[in-house]
Amino acid sequence: MMVQAKFSALKGIKPREFALRFAFGGLVCVAAGLIAKSFGPAIGGLFLAFPAIFPAGASLVESHEKMHKARAGFDGTRRGRTVASIDSAGAAIGCIGLAGFAIVIWTLLPRWNTYNVFVLASLVWVTLSVGSWMIRKSRVFRR
Amino acid sequence: MQRCRGCQAHDREGAAGCLTGLAMPSEIAEFVIRFFVGGIVVSAFAVLAEIFRPKSFAGLFGAAPSIALATLGITIAHHGKTYAATEARSMVFGAIAFFCYASSVSWILMRVKPRVLPTTIALIPVWFAASFALWFVTSAITR
Repeated sequence: MMVQAKFSALKGIKPREFALRFAFGGLVCVAAGLIAKSFGPAIGGLFLAFPAIFPAGASLVESHEKMHKARAGFDGTRRGRTVASIDSAGAAIGCIGLAGFAIVIWTLLPRWNTYNVFVLASLVWVTLSVGSWMIRKSRVFRR
Repeated sequence: MQRCRGCQAHDREGAAGCLTGLAMPSEIAEFVIRFFVGGIVVSAFAVLAEIFRPKSFAGLFGAAPSIALATLGITIAHHGKTYAATEARSMVFGAIAFFCYASSVSWILMRVKPRVLPTTIALIPVWFAASFALWFVTSAITR
């Protein structure tokens, strides 16, 4: 399956939706800091992998798909929910990369240069996420 | 200029080494920076999720390390590398919990097809249960 970048999809996003994601993202980052300050870094660290904008993102996926189908004269309710489910399955696969990112930071940060650790962790995230997605999409897992 | 209270970067390198060397208490400055950097990074990953097709691939960005990328740099500047590494260790549990959460959302949306936003919010306790259970078990074993 070919991965495509459709820049025209950005035109469909309303400024309100951007603002919602910005506010959610900012608030969760502040909350993670406040929790770490109150309960220590061990509890605060859990919130670095909190599904912060996931509900808003999945809901927007549903509404965009519904709108897309409505323009063609169909009721896209079921279709919207199916696409949101597929998006969620992708996020679940992405968690493998997220865990890899965290493991690199945890094990190497105290010993290595900060910049190098962040670059390596980001590469590990991309490789594990895309690699896992490709394996999931390969013939082995096709029904 | 007011000196930051409890700022390790300030202690090590003076005002020039402090990211928040502003004429305000360092904690407020830290949380203001967290909000804006967090909002920008989270929005950037949300844009990437909108651009890419198919949706299962775009979903990978739903589990991007956006909060970690936005906040770990600030954490290192204020509290040092060891503190950030402790947070990253807990982030591994958060990522596993995110996997459980995203998988359950995907499964329910595909099988039952309920409305997306209430479902994703109603299932957030899955993340809390999984992450805190993992943290508690690991803490008990390593104690």
